[in-house]
Amino acid sequence: MVKELKAEVKKLNFYYGGVQALKEINLPIERRKVSALIGPSGCGKTTFLRCFNRMHDLYPHNRYEGEITLYPDNINIISPEIDPIEIRMQISMVFQKPNPFPKSIYENVAYGLRVRGTSKRAVLDEKVEKSLRGAALWDEVKDRLHHLAFDLSGGQQQRLCIARALATDPRILLFDEPTSALDPTATSKIEELIIQLKDEVTIIIVTHNMQQAARVSDYTAFMYLGEIVEYDKTDRIFTAPSNKLTEEYITGRFG
Amino acid sequence: MIKVIEMAHNSYRKLKEKTIETALFLSALSSVLITIGIVVVLSYESFGFFKEISLREFFTETQWTPLFAEPKFGILPLVSGTLLTTAIALIVALPLGLTVTVYLSEYAPHKVREVIKPILELLAAVPTVVYGYFALLFLTPILQKFIPDLSGFNALSPGIIMGIMIIPYVSSVSEDAMKAVPMHIREGSYAMGATKLQTAFKVVIPSAFSGIAAAFIIGISRAIGETMVVAIAAGGMPNLTANPLEPVQTLTAYIVQVSLGDAPHGTVEYKTIFAAGITLFFMTLGFNILGFWLRKRIREVY
Ligand SMILES: Nc1ncnc2c1ncn2[C@@H]1O[C@H](COP(=O)(O)OP(=O)(O)OP(=O)(O)O)[C@@H](O)[C@H]1O
Ligand SMILES: [Mg+2]
Repeated sequence: MVKELKAEVKKLNFYYGGVQALKEINLPIERRKVSALIGPSGCGKTTFLRCFNRMHDLYPHNRYEGEITLYPDNINIISPEIDPIEIRMQISMVFQKPNPFPKSIYENVAYGLRVRGTSKRAVLDEKVEKSLRGAALWDEVKDRLHHLAFDLSGGQQQRLCIARALATDPRILLFDEPTSALDPTATSKIEELIIQLKDEVTIIIVTHNMQQAARVSDYTAFMYLGEIVEYDKTDRIFTAPSNKLTEEYITGRFG
Repeated sequence: MIKVIEMAHNSYRKLKEKTIETALFLSALSSVLITIGIVVVLSYESFGFFKEISLREFFTETQWTPLFAEPKFGILPLVSGTLLTTAIALIVALPLGLTVTVYLSEYAPHKVREVIKPILELLAAVPTVVYGYFALLFLTPILQKFIPDLSGFNALSPGIIMGIMIIPYVSSVSEDAMKAVPMHIREGSYAMGATKLQTAFKVVIPSAFSGIAAAFIIGISRAIGETMVVAIAAGGMPNLTANPLEPVQTLTAYIVQVSLGDAPHGTVEYKTIFAAGITLFFMTLGFNILGFWLRKRIREVY
């Protein structure tokens, strides 16, 4: 099987003001695979993930160095010449805490399309249904699409956020600990969903939960103090890590 | 022995607690009692008024001329004058206030906000009589250059000035509401590729809707109760009209006019003050209930 890259991180450094949070990161992102980022709290997983959709541009004094090349177009995601909005139009994100908007279920999913100027009802209807099906939520909400999204349970809200992110056909989908606010049943639903979604979209997921990384991901990167310590196929990382630090982390000796 | 001291100490503490509690209760009670007192006096005096003038005349007669030889007692011209100036104020304050709020809460860098906020608060500290003369002597002549039909006294000019006057109230309360919208909700919108403007209008304002609505209700209540500006610049002529170019009189301006005059105590002319007052009371109450209901209905979601 030929490996195909969706993106490649090269010598990425990131600074919060004067503080360096990511150091010399190199990492391939395989197309239509799930890549997991694991590591102890504060090691820079969220910081790294948020580089991919330029979320750091929302706040002053943040600075990137290096390259994240997006294939096949060969553009550098973090180049200052590239408009962050262009990037966010192609790379969607699901957050740690479900964050639906104070709108109906339907309008939540349609949001990204409306922001892009789509207002044709037929187009929206079709996309909303497709995305909700994609997020395994359609059957639960099809009779109340115009109810407020806050009426949904936490797990349903998170799947709604996934539907919202899917509606714009993203090329990469970013997840930042998407199940940390959910109960085990809701968690396993989201995990199943992530495994299904990789047929269509490249996924990067940050997780604290090593079983989760083992269950859903194809590749895993272990981060420590702003650096990538080890990157490999997930089953290798969890059965035969080559770095001592990785081994200590996955066996629960620190973190 | 120790036991006894302890008990004495305990009962002393209880007494102290009780005293403080009672004092607090009494001061809370006094504000309630004063409110009730005002309502009672208003009702009592206007009851006297309505013994002489029927409710029917009060609400259907289209003229309000209590001081004329042949007096007419229709409240509608004063109500329309009040609603007209308030509506103009709102038409001015709604877009301007929202723009200022969105700018302050979503766009302004910290330093700019530190300059603009005190200036806005200063705007609120200007005595209303100054606003009144500003409307009469500055704004009206300017408006007359563009609208030749505008009379020297009119509803338009004080309405606009009142709108500007309530912007500080409206924007400070609604800015608090918008600032309270958590960052991760905004980030959700940005992550979908939304611009700042789209995020502000499609996500932040709806999230803060109940607070913003409350801010505007406060603004409306102020405009309804505003006296000086309209007394000076609107003309003091009860006029049942929706035309902002004509002179009008509001409920408050009428009350001032009669209070300053020499209507003898106990006469019908004197009692009209209370009839106008209780009408004003119910209008303001109505808006406050509307605000309360809005806040209840649009459930706080964060
Ligand atoms: N906005 C910020 N400004 C300055 N420093 C920050 C900021 N956000 C994070 N950091 C710092 O950057 C480092 C990496 O933080 P980050 O949130 O990426 O860690 P994480 O691996 O996601 O941790 P967790 O597992 O707890 O979510 C930490 O030392 C953190 O204190
Ligand atoms: Mg994190």
